[in-house]
Amino acid sequence: MTATESPETSVPISPAGNPIGFGRMLRKEDARFLRGKGHYLDDIQLPGMLYGAILRSPHAHARIVSIDPSAAEAHPKVKAVITGAILETLNLAWMPTMSGDVQAVLATDKVRFQGQEVAFVVAEDRYAARDALELITVEYELLPPVIDARKALDADAPVIRTDLDGKADNHIFDWEAGDAAACDDVFGRPDVVVATADLLYPRSHPSPMETCGSVAHMDKVTGKLTCWITSQAPHAHRTVYALVAGLPEHKIQVISPDIGGGFGNKVPVYPGYVCAVVGTIVTGAPVKWMEDRSENLMTTGFARDYHMHGEIAATRDGKILALRTTTLADHGAFNATAQPTKFPSGFFSIFTGSYDLEAAHCKVTGVYTNKAPGGVAYACSFRITEAAYFVERMVDILAHDLALDPAELRMKNLIQPDQFPYQTKTGWEYDSGNYPLTLQATLDKAGYKELRAEQVENRARFAETGEGTLMGIGLSFFTEGVGAGPRKLMDILGLGMADGCELRIHPTGKGVLRLSVQTQGQGHETTFAQIVAHELGLPPEDVEVVHGDTDQTPFGLGTYGSRSTPVSGAAAAVVARRVRDKARIIAAAALECSPDDLEWELGRWHVKGDPSQGRTIQEIAMLAHSNLELPEGVEGHLDASAVYNPPNLTYPYGAYLCVVDVDPGTGEVTVRRFIATDDCGPRINPMIVEGQIHGGLAEGIGMALMQAIAFDEEGNCLGGSFMDYLLPTSLECPSWELGETVTPSPHHPLGCKGVGESATVGSPAAVVNAVIDALSPFGVRHADMPLTPAQVWLAIQGRPARTDLAFGSGGGANQ
Amino acid sequence: MQVTMTVNGTEVTSEIEPRLLLVHFLRDHLGLTGTHWGCDTSNCGICVVSMDGLPVKSCTVLAAMAGGREIGTVEGMEGDDGLDPVQEGFMQEHGLQCGFCTPAMMITARALLDANPDPTPQEIRQAICGTVCRCTGYENIVRAIRWAAEHPALAEVVA
Repeated sequence: MTATESPETSVPISPAGNPIGFGRMLRKEDARFLRGKGHYLDDIQLPGMLYGAILRSPHAHARIVSIDPSAAEAHPKVKAVITGAILETLNLAWMPTMSGDVQAVLATDKVRFQGQEVAFVVAEDRYAARDALELITVEYELLPPVIDARKALDADAPVIRTDLDGKADNHIFDWEAGDAAACDDVFGRPDVVVATADLLYPRSHPSPMETCGSVAHMDKVTGKLTCWITSQAPHAHRTVYALVAGLPEHKIQVISPDIGGGFGNKVPVYPGYVCAVVGTIVTGAPVKWMEDRSENLMTTGFARDYHMHGEIAATRDGKILALRTTTLADHGAFNATAQPTKFPSGFFSIFTGSYDLEAAHCKVTGVYTNKAPGGVAYACSFRITEAAYFVERMVDILAHDLALDPAELRMKNLIQPDQFPYQTKTGWEYDSGNYPLTLQATLDKAGYKELRAEQVENRARFAETGEGTLMGIGLSFFTEGVGAGPRKLMDILGLGMADGCELRIHPTGKGVLRLSVQTQGQGHETTFAQIVAHELGLPPEDVEVVHGDTDQTPFGLGTYGSRSTPVSGAAAAVVARRVRDKARIIAAAALECSPDDLEWELGRWHVKGDPSQGRTIQEIAMLAHSNLELPEGVEGHLDASAVYNPPNLTYPYGAYLCVVDVDPGTGEVTVRRFIATDDCGPRINPMIVEGQIHGGLAEGIGMALMQAIAFDEEGNCLGGSFMDYLLPTSLECPSWELGETVTPSPHHPLGCKGVGESATVGSPAAVVNAVIDALSPFGVRHADMPLTPAQVWLAIQGRPARTDLAFGSGGGANQ
Repeated sequence: MQVTMTVNGTEVTSEIEPRLLLVHFLRDHLGLTGTHWGCDTSNCGICVVSMDGLPVKSCTVLAAMAGGREIGTVEGMEGDDGLDPVQEGFMQEHGLQCGFCTPAMMITARALLDANPDPTPQEIRQAICGTVCRCTGYENIVRAIRWAAEHPALAEVVA
């Protein structure tokens, strides 16, 4: 594989001015969004529609003594009040999670986190439904909660999952990867230097601007259930509803309308969705449930919450030899992460990152706590966010301990281009890369030497005057694995991670492409039309992309883990090539020659040696539907379908550099510059790719500096509104500086690697490394995210706080 | 109670609950679902509409308080001659992804450009900081509004 920087490609331009293939193309979907004509969940209005609202637990851990819904039922606008007791009679009180655990739909025995679903009111309008919640009386008997994950396995810890037969502790799983003995050997060598640290990736929340919701409508005449859901995975949801409710799957239609951002938050099945289904079955009317922001933040799929103890071994001159970690994973009250079954801690074992090591080992222990369930959500590529943060912080801590330049240390240890395909010590096969090229591109673009020279002056001035800000420079080099499956290795609830795709070319040469994946803003309607254009020469404006409706699209596992381009993009290329192959046979029949006598030019099959004799794809489409006599065994029409089973993950990577200025008086961090060089293989639509990187970088700044959901000792969620859970605005984000290298994936039909989560995976470590670098004159070696002004100030005082708890002190930082 | 206001140039009168929020009035009573909502605490700015030409968060305005006022929503931005330059700029510079914050951003941008036709990038960042976007990282929104500032002709035609 060859790597290049910023390739110039030339593709023909369509009558509408669009590239017939790869290149910058304005988005088709914008036409409706710009006019306020997007169609999001809460925009749906059906005749006679009722509104649901959920009564939630104010306590983190309590036994339910009684529930009295009578006053609510007497409200003139209330149509039904559904409790766990009613669901029990329908065998719907519990539902399977995406991790094979069970989760309460409405609590029956006890509540296990603050905000847990207790009752569901169906009323004539949304205000009345909320009013009625106030009329339900619930008597609780308080139980001691488990809030500190590090105490969840203590012998005297209260047992949260008393619903599970014989469960006597809060342990969920132990999971290992790599070779512990090989690590012991390396770490035991007398000449190695070992750096150790405890790193917390605090609980975070994706917070798409549209919260989660659904509209359920059971047609009692046809027996068909239609669910409009804010779902990134409509087909997986349909199967889950069939399993949960015992409804025949062919009588369930799941429609994901326009989605106002997902970021993983809209992968799981939430109790509210099931309640809306029960609501329509009970009332016979369509029922809409739409959570508010506090419900979204307090109860739906959170992310991270990984407590990582790390050790890195290296020679004194900076050759990294081994890396290992023992990690505690807080999964909340139910193990409801959405991740491949065989990977209970996602793809965290990719934590060796971009470096060539002798040995590596990780052991992850998952525990229950009295917090909202979830874990894998938020643009993390199945826990690679945690892995990338871990290795990139450990490398910087090693650089600190060895007094080496972090750029030089990285360059010295990167996997080299001739080592690909590269087998990592924890079992991953990286497909392709030229890491040194990409790191150097970032260093050059940033002017790394000049920045370090400026920093020397900055520190000298600060040492002399004690005034002004301190400059910090942070690097991160990440590698992620995206595009799950292969299906034999990766499944969710037994559903293999392979995705279907169908392409049909109409007689007049216009195409319809049907996808199993679902867009939440990624621009699939544009990008996937460009893939067809690239393969068939059809103008992209002539290709309609259909997605998000299980009655209209083939089965597939949906959009998350940056799967769309690596999996469905490959499927789209495969179906287009099948159409092209069929078009060749039809063209040969029309030209009365052998298919072998034809050669392809974009959009047309012509006779080898005589380009004037040929048929365009549009002409072939009409011929395919005409009375042209076709060879034996060749059916008419021009269409194809495929199920794409990825042979391996794809491995996008990148080198990020962040420059910050820290005010040591206030602890305020200002991100001055952010340089990001990404290699995701060829870019189908560079404009869309860059847009996704921009967004991910902003998320990274949010996680590094602002976003965390902490709890007090009673289990009260302290990030339950946007007044408490801070998101970056236009003022916290710099003007991003992007670069590009291109190393195609050898196993993807288009060479594409996916990019949706790259920047979210790679950027937090760059920001944190920059801040810690700025604080190094104060002797700061590490402080946990988020690096709020208070946390920075405490770090300068030598006592950074734990950021997962609002009680106790110390223990969170490794000094 | 009864309320009368002008929405996108058309006077509307409606019977409402006194506690009804403007955002719900626009969406549920008038069917103008281009205005979205994103939080309960006036922090996210997804619900911005213009009231007498100034951007306001419509989750923080009671419909009753909008009586007698001129309300502008995204549905009113496109004129007979085509898109507002702000809308065109958002498309040209890829200033939107999921589209959920886009109406609020564009309403804010229109108010900014009406008051300051040639804003600097920093002035644009200051103006839009009341609305959160999770997709774009803001850079392309800044570029989109600059695009609109550099292509004002259409706005003059529409005005």
